[in-house]
Amino acid sequence: MHDINWIAFAVFVLLFALITWLGFAAANWRKGDLDLLHEWGLGGRRFGTVITWFLIGGDLYTAYTFIAVPALAFGAGAVAFFAVPYTIVIYPILFLVFPRLWHVCHKHGYITAGDFVRGRFGNRWLALAITVTGIVATMPYIALQLVGIQVVVGALGISGTGLASDLPLIIAFIILAAFTYSSGLRAPASIAIVKDILIYITAFAVIIAVPIQLGGFAKIFSAIPESKLLLATPGPNTTGAYSAYATLALGSALALFLYPHSLTGILSASGGHAIRRNAALLPGYSFLLGLLALIGFFALAAGLDKLPEFAAGFKEFGNNFAVPALILHSFPSWFVGVAFAAIGIGALVPAAIMSIAAANLYTRNIHREFINKSPTDKQEAQMAKWVSLIVKFGALVFIIFIPTKFAIFLQLLGGIWIIQTLPSIMLGVYTRWFDDWALLVGWAVGIITGTAMAIAVDLSPTYPLALLGHSFPGYIALYTVILNLVVAVVLTPLFKGMRAAHPPVDQTATSDYFA
Amino acid sequence: MNRPHHQSAWSWWYLLFVIQYVFVLWPPLYNRVEPSLGGIPFFYWYQLLWVIIAAILTAIVYFATEAKHTSAGS
Repeated sequence: MHDINWIAFAVFVLLFALITWLGFAAANWRKGDLDLLHEWGLGGRRFGTVITWFLIGGDLYTAYTFIAVPALAFGAGAVAFFAVPYTIVIYPILFLVFPRLWHVCHKHGYITAGDFVRGRFGNRWLALAITVTGIVATMPYIALQLVGIQVVVGALGISGTGLASDLPLIIAFIILAAFTYSSGLRAPASIAIVKDILIYITAFAVIIAVPIQLGGFAKIFSAIPESKLLLATPGPNTTGAYSAYATLALGSALALFLYPHSLTGILSASGGHAIRRNAALLPGYSFLLGLLALIGFFALAAGLDKLPEFAAGFKEFGNNFAVPALILHSFPSWFVGVAFAAIGIGALVPAAIMSIAAANLYTRNIHREFINKSPTDKQEAQMAKWVSLIVKFGALVFIIFIPTKFAIFLQLLGGIWIIQTLPSIMLGVYTRWFDDWALLVGWAVGIITGTAMAIAVDLSPTYPLALLGHSFPGYIALYTVILNLVVAVVLTPLFKGMRAAHPPVDQTATSDYFA
Repeated sequence: MNRPHHQSAWSWWYLLFVIQYVFVLWPPLYNRVEPSLGGIPFFYWYQLLWVIIAAILTAIVYFATEAKHTSAGS
């Protein structure tokens, strides 16, 4: 590709060294016994409002988000902005549902969604379905974080052939694996603070400096083709881009907190108050994400894909190169180092939390449930540490040997799959009315239908649902979770009637769900 | 048992959440260029503005329901 940008590279390495030290030092922060799973995997559930803000922020607004949302704006235009209503509608859900889940998990020592469902519904197979869905949906997500690192490393001008080209990624991953193993959730929590400061500095620098360079917002937006500026107005007999936009926002919002890594972030908070306060404070990141989506338009207005020096980057990374190209184009080398480090470190934080979340799930809901039923606390924590390594190694192998587009497809399917756990988890914290087997059948119907619909539209997120001569294009995840729910509601009375002799099992009591 | 009862109960303040759902999930409301603000089309600044409004609404719900909870518990 092009020459290595040495100043940017030096700043990048320096910041990486800083967070590596921080990741290991974090083991001693709010010291707890890391041989206990809830200490290693949930930071001892002691993070207050501020740390939770950084941790969940670092967890949900990932490096991949910061690369992919502007890339989507760059490539597809206005539809990319669905990320904004999406991150608006998640917070009422966080505010209302998740403090209840926190309380019941705290009371019973639950660490995962699988633990909760096992306790609430007393069905190990339903818990297994929730667990496997969580792990499978998380894996491609971790792999995509690596894409974030790949893009910035490539943009720094570092290239090679064969395995050497992946060396920076492998080094970043060894660092990540090592500090996650030794410090658990405390590592990403402490690094998230550095990462967020860097991301905020970068975002505001871009938002202020680039429009000045390009001659103001009016000039930028006048350079955007009409077709990308707004959503296409729907034609007759279809709700067109409107229903696609709204359902993408709502469906993504409903799915978000069902992901294991989101739940890990939430459960590590010190209480329901910290979670509710964060529902009002986390929109700070949503605003940032909205501004970052505009960066895609800056790149478009600057015509970066037509500049010869970026041709190789766009060829290799596609639209994902838009943000790095804009930063290279607009800023001095030392700041390029800061911005790229922000993105690289921004990938490590969620990747660490995701691998911890997947490890917690395997340890609690597969190993302890089906293999070694009575591990000691130390064995359990040790198992989780090993699994976190295996999960990360799997993601690394995936991204090195398999084309990126498969990780993107799997991540898309992951969203459709994870939302199928909604009735068991989000409705489960309100009611024990559902029959556990009815929930399991609903889950299976949702997974199968969702996957089939996604394949039918060549793995794009929206499906044109035909109804009464009208077409309603909408997010497959939302459509199929409604189907899932209908199945569960219809089958529940049926299944309950069939086994009326056995009253439902429930470890939890109504009063466990609040302070 | 007063405290848990009050915190778990429905609050009318939660209706404030419905407002933001309506205003951001109905694209015909905002899918246009004018009135633009400082060169930014309506579509974009409207949704960014709603991030701030939604945060304020959530804060209002927090303080309203938290105060009720505290007074019920004391």
